[in-house]
Amino acid sequence: MIFKTVRALLLAIFALLIIIPSLIVIFGSFKSDLEIYESPMSLPDAFKLDNYRTLFETSQVFTNFRNSVFVTSMSVFITLLLASMTAFALSRMVNLSAKVMFALFSLGLAIPAQVNMIPLFILFNDLKLTNSFFGLILVNIVTTLPISIFILTSFFRELPREMYEVSAIDGASIFRIYRSIALPLSKPAMGATAIFLFVINWNDLLYPLLLITQADKKTLPLAMLDFRGEYATSFSMIFTSVMIASVPMVIMYLTMQRSFVAGLTAGAVKG
Amino acid sequence: MSVPAFLLYAFLYLYPALNNLRFSTTRWDGIVEPEFVGLRNFSNLMTNDDLFFKVMGNNIRFTLLVVIFQTGFSLLFAILLLKNSRGNVFLRTLYFFPTILSSVSVAMIWLFLYDPNWGAINIFFNKIGLEAFALNWLGSETSALYAIVFSQVWFHTGQMMVIYIAGLQQIPAELYEAAEVDGANRWQQFRSVTWPMALPTTAVVIAYTTIQSFRAFDLIYTMTLGGPNNSTNIFSTLIYLTAFNEFRFGYAAAQTIFMVLMILFLTWLQRRILRTKY
Repeated sequence: MIFKTVRALLLAIFALLIIIPSLIVIFGSFKSDLEIYESPMSLPDAFKLDNYRTLFETSQVFTNFRNSVFVTSMSVFITLLLASMTAFALSRMVNLSAKVMFALFSLGLAIPAQVNMIPLFILFNDLKLTNSFFGLILVNIVTTLPISIFILTSFFRELPREMYEVSAIDGASIFRIYRSIALPLSKPAMGATAIFLFVINWNDLLYPLLLITQADKKTLPLAMLDFRGEYATSFSMIFTSVMIASVPMVIMYLTMQRSFVAGLTAGAVKG
Repeated sequence: MSVPAFLLYAFLYLYPALNNLRFSTTRWDGIVEPEFVGLRNFSNLMTNDDLFFKVMGNNIRFTLLVVIFQTGFSLLFAILLLKNSRGNVFLRTLYFFPTILSSVSVAMIWLFLYDPNWGAINIFFNKIGLEAFALNWLGSETSALYAIVFSQVWFHTGQMMVIYIAGLQQIPAELYEAAEVDGANRWQQFRSVTWPMALPTTAVVIAYTTIQSFRAFDLIYTMTLGGPNNSTNIFSTLIYLTAFNEFRFGYAAAQTIFMVLMILFLTWLQRRILRTKY
């Protein structure tokens, strides 16, 4: 009995800690600043879109949104392609070079890519890759490559060897085996990894902050920092920008919940 | 087939990492030619830099608190929500939800909640008559770091809980049945079955949480920029500020080396502790 009460209480507290802030943000994006300050938790008088209109008119939020979509999808696509090829090769090779490569990739797992912020900034400055989507995509690929290779290698290792051997006897090249056997079989693992990568890239702040200074090249998280400066005391604008940045993720989360949870936990477990 | 990825990785991860070693032996503002100073950056860091030691202390405190609370709460909620009932699945979905938000969004939300005048937290404390708890959360040196720890734990507990649930559901039910036959109560069952059987999962959760706490850059940069009076400055924010606000690239590179050593040391320490225990 006591256990049941304590359990319900604990669960309710944590649930409220998530629900209340979410409602404040959702409602807040439809309120004026005055309404937010006076009663942050109440329902808005009406679901007016004034804040959204103001934000779209006074900022480049639409451009920022498009930039984020472009950079994120390109980064995810190329990372998946490179990582799956590498993971497939590494899972089938047992020689020394594969071992060395694997060890070097695991270095990138143990030591987060943030440690390279200075040398990467210098390098990209020299290569004129600042303020460039191409540069940002390259960084995204490199920072997420090790973890993706890890997740996918452990998946490819679990595939039965006979599958490969049969097709090898038939004379299929390694690329063919990768394309027509390994890839189709790895759809669930690739899907989970894709979501994991999508969330990381969509949300990243550090490297856009270092590499992008031009307003029309900024990604959403970076632009949100500017909104914070511009609308310092205007939480209605800030909440509206939080909504614009989060709604795509929330929709994806609600429609593909299983893959989301699988992806974001695989990222942690294999890391 | 692994060559393209490896070349890219070598050029944009390994090569910069080696460059970082080289930069750490120079004095450099990022513009004129770097000046070689040998190990002077390192000796300055160790003997002559109070801020660096403050930041190290902050980072250790931050990591330790986040690891303890995030692991504890995620294990607790995993145990409470272990059965796959409909209500439990709903709550798991809810608790996991903050994980999909961006750090900047999370920081913005908590900036409002912690606001001394308008924030929901102080409104709440004032309403229930506990005015003494209505602090200037992010504006005061004594509370700012703890406030950010709380946000970080709020952000990622759900993710770790899901990992725990996957681990705990692997524990064979017979073990609990046997414990029950022996008359073990809930706490004894936890001590003798759940905890030892979940140790491998705990190792994973702690390792990931540790690395994650070193990455708290986005949250801290958005909420406090390391302030007030450097009380929330941790390695990643310090390195950023030293390099890109003070333009001391060589010195910041030396700080980076210390951060790497600390991460490696912590990883080694955890492996050692959790392995001998298991």
